Amino acid sequence: MKTDIILAGVGGQGILSIAAVLGSAAITNNLYMKQAETHGMSQRGGDVQSHARLSDRPVYSDLIARGTADIILSVEPMEALRYLPYLKEDGYVVTSSAPLVNVPDYPPLEALREALEALPRRVIVDAEALAREAAGNARASNVVMLGAASPFIEIPFEYLERGVIAIFERKGDGVTDMNLKALRAGRQFAREHAG
Amino acid sequence: MQKQLLLGVEAVARGAIDAGISGVYAYPGTPSTEITEYIQESRVAIARGIHRQWSANEKTAMESALGMSYAGKRALVCMKHVGMNVAADCFMNAAVTGINGGMVVVAADDPSMHSSQNEQDSRVYGKFALVPVLEPADQQEAYDMTRHAFDLSEQWGLPVLLRVTTRMAHSRAGVTTAPPNDENALHYPEDRRQFVLLPVNARERYRSLLGKQPDIARESDASPCNRYTDGEDRSLGIVACGIAYNYLMEVFDGRPPHPVVKVSRYPLPRKMIERLAAECDRLLVLEEGYPVVEELLRGYLAKEPVAGRLDGTLPRDGELDADRVAAALGIPRRATTMDVPGIVVARPPALCAGCSHRDVYRALNEVMTAYPGGRVFSDIGCYTLGALPPFQSIDTTVDMGASITMAKGAADAGLSPAVCVIGDSTFAHSGMTGLLDCVTEGTPVTIIISDNESVSMTGGQDSAAAGRVEAICRGIGVEEAHLRVLHPVPRNHDELCRVIRDEIEYPGVSVIVPRRPCIQKASRDKKKQQRTP
Ligand SMILES: Cc1ncc(C[n+]2csc(CCOP(=O)(O)OP(=O)(O)O)c2C)c(N)n1
Repeated sequence: MKTDIILAGVGGQGILSIAAVLGSAAITNNLYMKQAETHGMSQRGGDVQSHARLSDRPVYSDLIARGTADIILSVEPMEALRYLPYLKEDGYVVTSSAPLVNVPDYPPLEALREALEALPRRVIVDAEALAREAAGNARASNVVMLGAASPFIEIPFEYLERGVIAIFERKGDGVTDMNLKALRAGRQFAREHAG
Repeated sequence: MQKQLLLGVEAVARGAIDAGISGVYAYPGTPSTEITEYIQESRVAIARGIHRQWSANEKTAMESALGMSYAGKRALVCMKHVGMNVAADCFMNAAVTGINGGMVVVAADDPSMHSSQNEQDSRVYGKFALVPVLEPADQQEAYDMTRHAFDLSEQWGLPVLLRVTTRMAHSRAGVTTAPPNDENALHYPEDRRQFVLLPVNARERYRSLLGKQPDIARESDASPCNRYTDGEDRSLGIVACGIAYNYLMEVFDGRPPHPVVKVSRYPLPRKMIERLAAECDRLLVLEEGYPVVEELLRGYLAKEPVAGRLDGTLPRDGELDADRVAAALGIPRRATTMDVPGIVVARPPALCAGCSHRDVYRALNEVMTAYPGGRVFSDIGCYTLGALPPFQSIDTTVDMGASITMAKGAADAGLSPAVCVIGDSTFAHSGMTGLLDCVTEGTPVTIIISDNESVSMTGGQDSAAAGRVEAICRGIGVEEAHLRVLHPVPRNHDELCRVIRDEIEYPGVSVIVPRRPCIQKASRDKKKQQRTP
C-alpha cells in the first residue's frame, strides 16, 4: 500500500495538525512515513504545503513527484487548485469550500467553485459547518477534512481514529471526542458526496 | 524499540543529546531553529543541565562552543547557512587550533531559498576549513551521523561540519534511537599553546592540520557513510550526495540499474570514485546546492565526461527533486494531467493583522513622502515584509545588521535622509557595532529599532536585547534627546509621524524605538501559561 498526500492551506490554518494525525497513525502501525513541512517565511499568511507519504515499503524522497499524488487535501479552495500538477490521473481533490481571502486579487468565488466542480474526482466540504454540526466546534474543521480524505487513504480507518486519540489525548477527553466525531463526520460526508 | 517520528533537525538534536553534549550554542535561522528548540524542551537535556540558551549571533555561538570544547566537553553549534558567514572567522581558526571536547557545527542550507537571501552551499566551508563534512540523506542518518560526528571530531581533534538541507531538515520520518552517552568530564588541553594562534604556533598547527588531510581522506573510503553499490548498466555511473540519493532511489524504485556511489562524508571517497570512473562510460553527479563535487571531478583535463549542474544536465540553481533527477537520467516521468488553473493567484506572506511593524511603516511612509531623496535601509526579520505591497517602504535587505551600516555609508555619500529600520534581535545580532560607527562619526542617520520583543520571523524566540535596547544605545553613546521610545498603535499614528519627522530633521544619530510585543508571541505565551497551571 502507498498513499501520497499533498496537504495544502494558508500559513496559520494549522495543516500540520492533520499531518500529525497521519504521522501518528503511520508510526504506531509500523508503516513507513515521510512528511515534508513548510516552516519559516511563508507561515506568515502565505501558501503552505506539506507532502505526506505513507507506505508499507521504505519511502525514499521527502517530496512527492508531479503527476503522482493520490490526494490533494486542502483546507482552502484556491490552494487546492495550486497543486493540481502533482495529482495523478485518477487522484482525488478533497477541499474545504471556505475561502481565505488575504490577497487583493483573490479570484471571484463563482469562478473558484466552477473550477473545483469541474474536477473529475473531488470532495468539496463546508468543513466549518460540518464541524459545528457534528462536533459542536468549528475548530475541528481540519480533522473533518482528514475524515473526508480518509476513504482514499489506503490504511484502516481505525489507524486514523487512534491517531486522533494519540494527538489530542493531552488536551482532555472532551477535545478527543470532539475530534473523533469530526473525523467520522468527514468520512461520512465524503462517502455520500464524492464525485 | 519503537520508532519516533522526528523532523530531520530534531533527529540531529536527539543525536547530539545522545552523543553526550554539554551544550548547544545557536542563533535561530530557518531551517536550523528546531534543533535548539528540541534540546530546550528535552527532558534529558533539562535533567542534565545542558546549556541550551540562544546566543546573540552565530559568531558568539561558535566561540562559546569552542570554549566548551576547550574545557573538554562536547558542544553543538547550529545555524542556517548564512550564519556560517557570520561565524566563519571562528570556524576557520577552530580548524587550526583544533578542538579538545568534540565539536560539531550544523549548517542548515536552504536551496531554492524558501526562507533565505541566497542558497550558498556550506560544504564549501568544510573544504575551506579542511575539516570532515557529513551530509545525511535521511532522518535516521541525521541521528546516526550526528552521534558519529562527535566521535569523529574527537578522533581527529577537529571540528566536524554537519550539512543538512531544508527538505531533510523539515521532513519527518521514523527514527530509531539508542541510549545516551554520558557527558565528558572537564579536562583541559594538554598543550597550552594549542589555542594560542600566534604566528609561531599557528604555522605549526596549520602544518598539523595539513598533515592529517591524507588520512582523513583515506578514511572516507572506509566510512560507512559512503557506499559503493554495483549495477549492471555501466553506461552511466552515478555519484549521489546527501538527500539527492533519495531522489535517485525514488526514480528507480529502490533499485538503480547503474553503479552508484552514495556520498555522505567528505572529502570524497577517492577510491570509490576512481572505481566508478574506471568502470563506467560517463558519470552523473547528483548533489543539492553548488556543483561542489562535480567541479572536483571535472578537473581541467577530465577525460571522463561528467554531467551535473555545470553542463546543464541538471539546473544550476534550485533544489533537486525526483522529477529533476529523472529528467537528468533521461527517464520519462508520468506526465502531469492538470495545469494550475489561471484563476489561482500568488499568496505571498504578509505582516500579521495587528502587527506593530504595520504601524511603524504606515507612519514612515507618510513622513517619507516629504523626502523624495530619502531612502530606507532595512534588514532581516518579519519587518522585511514591508518591502511588499501594501507598504513597499524599504529599499534594502542584504545581511543581518547591514541596515545601519549601509545607511551610514549612504549618508557618507550624501544621501539624505538616510533612514534605517531594524528589528530588536537583528540589532542585538550585529546592529550594535554599526551604531557605534555612526556615533563615533556623528553620522546623520535615523535608526528605527522596531522592537517587538521577540525573534518573530523564526518563531518567537527570546531576543538577546530584550529589556536592554535603550541601555545599549545609551552605552554606545546615543544622545538621550535623540533616543525616542514610542508605543506603535493606530491611535498614536500622529505622534509616530511627528517623532520620525523631528529625528529625520536632526543632523546626527537618532534612534527611535517603537515597542509593542509581537502579537503571535503574546498569544503563544498565553496558551503556554494556560497549559501549565
Ligand atoms: C546570519 C543570519 N542568521 C539568522 C538569520 C535568520 N533570521 C532571519 S530574520 C531573523 C530574526 C529577526 O528578528 P528581529 O530582528 O527581532 O525581527 P522580527 O522578525 O521579530 O520582526 C532571523 C534569526 C539570517 N537571515 N541571517
